[in-house]
Amino acid sequence: MHPAFSVIFLTTLIGVGQGLFLALYTGQLYALANLLPAQSSNFYAVGSMVSLALLFAGLIASFFHLGHPERAWRAATQWRTSWLSREVLALPAAMGLIFLYGTVHFFDLTKPLFVISGTLPVDFSLIMGGLGTFAVFGLFLCTAMIYASLRFIKAWYSPLTVANFLFLGVASGFMLAAAFSAYQGTSLVGFYGTWAVIATLFGLLTRVATLYRNGQFRCKVDLKSAVGVHHSQLEQKAQGFMGGSFNTREFFHGRSQGLLNLIRYAFLLMVFVVPVILILLAYVLESETLPLLAFGIQYLGLILERYHFFTEAQHPQNLYYQSMA
Amino acid sequence: MTQLALVIDLNVCVGCHACVTSCKEWNTSGWAGPMTDQRPYDADPTGVFFNRVQTYEAGVFPNTETYHFPKSCLHCEDPPCVPVCPTGASYKREDNGVVLVDYDKCIGCKYCSWACPYGVREFDEQQKVMKKCTLCIDRITDMTLPESERKPACVLACPTRARIYGDIHDPDSEVSVAIREQGGYALQPEWGTKPSNHYLPRRKTRIQIHEDELVRVDNPLKKEELPTLPDVGETLDDVAW
Repeated sequence: MHPAFSVIFLTTLIGVGQGLFLALYTGQLYALANLLPAQSSNFYAVGSMVSLALLFAGLIASFFHLGHPERAWRAATQWRTSWLSREVLALPAAMGLIFLYGTVHFFDLTKPLFVISGTLPVDFSLIMGGLGTFAVFGLFLCTAMIYASLRFIKAWYSPLTVANFLFLGVASGFMLAAAFSAYQGTSLVGFYGTWAVIATLFGLLTRVATLYRNGQFRCKVDLKSAVGVHHSQLEQKAQGFMGGSFNTREFFHGRSQGLLNLIRYAFLLMVFVVPVILILLAYVLESETLPLLAFGIQYLGLILERYHFFTEAQHPQNLYYQSMA
Repeated sequence: MTQLALVIDLNVCVGCHACVTSCKEWNTSGWAGPMTDQRPYDADPTGVFFNRVQTYEAGVFPNTETYHFPKSCLHCEDPPCVPVCPTGASYKREDNGVVLVDYDKCIGCKYCSWACPYGVREFDEQQKVMKKCTLCIDRITDMTLPESERKPACVLACPTRARIYGDIHDPDSEVSVAIREQGGYALQPEWGTKPSNHYLPRRKTRIQIHEDELVRVDNPLKKEELPTLPDVGETLDDVAW
């Protein structure tokens, strides 16, 4: 497939935003259980706004993918059958709940509403955060299922696609949370950094498994089945045009194998290796800037990772556009 | 229920592209138009077509066979492009099974083209919506036309009658009989999309006949030349002569 930068930025930016929100809420839950020092409401409010800004940036990027963005509201109608439509509903839902979560913290509306079993005080932020967590996981699922539900594109048609989107989003979000805590001078850098490394390692596992899987399989249809001429030496002589068409532009990446190999090694280093080393160094050196650098490098790596994700997909329609004589 | 479709006879198609040009001519100015072009008179022309004719060659020279392969939307009975559409712009008509795009609802996200394994949808770069074969829905449903003309433009244009049009759910229709009796097949049947359009394979008429069926062995009136006998002296057969 031809990688579309609008979709690359959409999926990576909202992944970071969702991960950052999960990191904030995880931090709040740990603080509630007295496992971590409680943070100022400002920390959660500003963090939520950063998360919201990232989701909004992703939303803007997605509009560049559309031929008619002014009709985008129509995309909410077919949620019964289309994962794309479900994503269109899940994204604003998550944004709304994250906004409410941030607002509740900003205005300090964190007086407990009621107490469960005398130990767990429940306030607005806990409820909004809980609902937001559901929406964020739903959004991860919808975004990944857009690709994982296309049964013709075997490189994507796998639960691994969902796992990759989830782990890579969470990893980059926790990485940003670590950078954010370092920037704010809070004591959560080690906590977020540890979880970022764990999510990154899970991501490494599923992403490498995906690469291995995609290097192994063969498409179940071939040219014989596509044309219906069962001759072992069947070759295309003409595509029906000389100047290219939508079919030759949208479904071919047109990049050399050498460049793709380079991109693959680059994203494996930038997403999985360098950030983990940097975050460990930051922990040892107690650096404030290294977590930010770790996040920056991981995000750039994720752009390459998503680019590679599109080039991995072999569309069966390409069988009809193999050669011109 | 009716399922309108084309049956394309690869035994007859000569690859003249008359269906391609007549399709573009009819549809660019009709209900499904315009079918825009970019740089039509320049070095790198491209544009929207609902129908393309490709050419394939089987075998190695000199034992080759050329196949001209018209390729358009197959109007699948279980179209994978329809449920993925987020706006409902892609739909399958209930009454005749034709798969269509509502240009006024399409947001141009191209997701339907990703979901089609046949690559028969084409994005209009100028109108920014997805387009595809309509089976000339504005012709075939136009009751003001005489019935003989209520057919897709490509079918009417085909000089070799390689394209047959009809209802594949009606067992007695011309298309159903052709599929049944002449080995009609679907493209990429592995996916289970149940394409409505079918193709008829290249057919050769050969009879199974052996050498001894052409030469009478007994030859009583000596009408045919006597077989030359090996020089091994008299045999038992010589006695009978």
